[in-house]
Amino acid sequence: MSEITERSPQAVSPPGGPPGRSVPGPLRSALGLLGRQREATVFVVAVVLLLYFGIRYNSTFVSQTNLANLLSETAAPIIIIAIGEVFLLICGEIDLSAGFVFTFAPFLMHYLIDFYGVPVVAAIIIALLFGVVVGWVNGFLTVTMGLPSFITTLGTGFILLGLTLTTSHAYPATIPASSVGIGRWIGAAPWSQFIWALALTAIFYIVLTRTRWGLHTIATGGNQLGARESGIKTGRIKYGNFMLTSTLGALVGLQVAFYVNTIDPSAGGYQPMFYAVTAAVIGGTAMLGGQGTILGAFLGGIVLATLINGLNVAGISANPLNIVFGLAILLSMIANVRLARLRAAGRN
Amino acid sequence: MTTEPVPGAAPAAATADASGDVLRAEHITKRFGAVTALHDVNLHLGQGEVLGLLGDNGAGKSTLIKIMCGFQPPTSGRIILEGQEITLKSVDQARSLGIDTVYQDLALINELTVYHNMFLNRERTRWSLLSNRSMRRTAQEQLDRIGVNIPSVDAEVAKLSGGQRQAIAVARAVTSSAKVLLLDEPLAAMGAKEGAMILELIKDLKAQGQVSIIMIMHNYGQALEICDRINLLQHGEITFDKLAKDTSVQELNDIVIEEYRRALAEQQRQKSA
Ligand SMILES: Nc1ncnc2c1ncn2[C@@H]1O[C@H](COP(=O)(O)OP(=O)(O)O)[C@@H](O)[C@H]1O
Ligand SMILES: [Mg+2]
Repeated sequence: MSEITERSPQAVSPPGGPPGRSVPGPLRSALGLLGRQREATVFVVAVVLLLYFGIRYNSTFVSQTNLANLLSETAAPIIIIAIGEVFLLICGEIDLSAGFVFTFAPFLMHYLIDFYGVPVVAAIIIALLFGVVVGWVNGFLTVTMGLPSFITTLGTGFILLGLTLTTSHAYPATIPASSVGIGRWIGAAPWSQFIWALALTAIFYIVLTRTRWGLHTIATGGNQLGARESGIKTGRIKYGNFMLTSTLGALVGLQVAFYVNTIDPSAGGYQPMFYAVTAAVIGGTAMLGGQGTILGAFLGGIVLATLINGLNVAGISANPLNIVFGLAILLSMIANVRLARLRAAGRN
Repeated sequence: MTTEPVPGAAPAAATADASGDVLRAEHITKRFGAVTALHDVNLHLGQGEVLGLLGDNGAGKSTLIKIMCGFQPPTSGRIILEGQEITLKSVDQARSLGIDTVYQDLALINELTVYHNMFLNRERTRWSLLSNRSMRRTAQEQLDRIGVNIPSVDAEVAKLSGGQRQAIAVARAVTSSAKVLLLDEPLAAMGAKEGAMILELIKDLKAQGQVSIIMIMHNYGQALEICDRINLLQHGEITFDKLAKDTSVQELNDIVIEEYRRALAEQQRQKSA
C-alpha cells in the first residue's frame, strides 16, 4: 500500500507461503498489483483524460501555451501543496492554512522590498521562512498544545487571511520591479512552475520512500504509540511536516504572484489547499494515516488540472466540474477502502 | 543515529556491580494523576539471570518495564545499571546503553514491511538513503537463525498472524545485541508451537549467559521452567521474591487465589455498606 512496499514483488505470493488461500493466483496478483500500485488507477485516468482532450481538441489543447497553462498554471500549485499535505495526511494530520500562507507570502516579500528596502533575495528567503514559522506554530498548537490539526489550521488560516487583508487594505500590489528577474526563475517563465513541481515531486518521492524521515512519517501515522515506543520522536516528525507544508504554500504563493505579475489578496485561500487534498486522495492517499503516495498526488494534480483546463478549452461550462471532483473523491475513497478489504480477504 | 545490530555478534557481557546485579530499580514510584501504578518498587536483576515478573492485570508490570526502558520517567526512584545510577531520557538512550524491549503492544507498524519493522528507528542508511537491501538481508538472516517462520521479510506486518507478529517483535529485540532484555508478555498471542520456539530461544540466550532478562508472563508452569527467580507484583508493590527452585505452581496459585478472595470480600463489604 505504501510506496515502501510497492517495490517488493514477492510480498503477495511468496514461495512456500501459508497454504489455503481462497483467491486464485492470477486474480490475486492482479488485485495485488492494483493494491500495491495505488497510483495505477490515477495514472490510467490521467492518460485517458489527456488523450481525450488531446485528440478531440487537438490544435487548441496541445498548443504550447495551453500545455504550459495546464501544467504550470493549474497543475503545479496543486501538486506542490499536495506534496506537503501527503506527508501530513500520512502522519495523521492536515493543514487547512497552506493556501493562506500562499496569500500572505508574496505580500510579505513586497512589504520587505518596497517598504523596508530589504534586498530581493533576502526578502524572498524571509517570505519562505515565514512559511517555516507558520508551520512551526501549527506544529506547536497541534503537537504541544494538543489541538486537532483541523482546528489549529482553521484558526491560523483565518489569522493569515486577516493579516493579509489588514496590511494590504484588500488591494492588490504590483510585483516590485527589482524582483522581476529572479521572479522568472521562481514562477514567471512559462514552464518554471511545472519544473519546480517535477523537481519537488522527485525529491519528496525519494524522501518518503527512501529516507528515515519518510519511514518515520509512515510509522507515526500508522501506529503513533508503537513509533514512540521504538524511540521515534513523533512530535518532531509532525512539526517537520507542518513546516514543510507551510513552506511549500509560501513558495506557491510567490510563484503564482510572479506568474500573474500581480500580488492579489484574493489569490490562494481554501481552493488550492482543497484541490491539493483532492489530488492526494484521488492519487491514493488515505486519510487514515500510515499510507500515502507522492507520485499519486502528482498524477492526481494532473487529473484535476486536465479537467479544469480541458473543459475550458472545450468551451464547456466549468460549473458542473465540482460535481465531477466530488464524485472523483468519493469514488477513489470507496476504491481505497474496498481494495483494502479485498486485499485483506485475499490474504486469509 | 544509525546503530546497526551486528548479526551473530555476541553481546558484550554486562559487568555486574558488587552485588552481582546488572540492573536495579530502587524505590520506584509512578503516579498517573490520582492513580498510583507503582509504589516504592525495588527490583534487581542478576548477570545472566532470567527474572519472571508475574502479577494480575493492572498490577503495574508494563508500567515498570516502560520505566526501565526509558519510555517514561518514574515519579521518584532510581535506576542503576551496572552499578551506576542512570537517568533514562529516551528509548534511544536505553537502547544505546544495551537495554532493549518487547512491548506488550509489540510496537509494530502494520503499514511497513517485516524488515523495516525489524530495523525500526535503527535503520541502516547510506548517504541518508535507506540501505533496504542490506536491512532486508540481515533481517532474513536473523529470522532464519532463530527459526522464526514467516512468508517473507517483504510482507507488510499487517499480513502476519498474531503469533508471527509477536515473533517479529521478539526477534527484533533479541537480535539487537542488548545486554538487558525486557519482555512484556512475549508469549501472549502465541500458539503452543510458536511459544515453544520463543522459550527455546530464551533458553539458548540463557545458556550463553551474556544476556539478562526480565520477562512478564502469566503461565506459572512456563515461568518456573524458564526463570531463575520469580517476582510477584500486586497493586503496584513487589510482594514476593523467590528463586524458582524454592517455589511451586501451587504456592503461586495460592497467593493469587488469596488476592482474589480479598478483592471479593472487599467488594461485598462495599456493597453492604
Ligand atoms: N499512561 C497511563 N496513564 C494513566 N494510567 C496508566 C497509564 N499507564 C498505566 N496506567 C495505569 O496503571 C496501572 C498499571 O497498568 P499496567 O502497568 O499496564 O498494568 P499491567 O501491565 O500489570 O497489566 C493501571 O491501573 C493502568 O490503568
Ligand atoms: Mg501489561
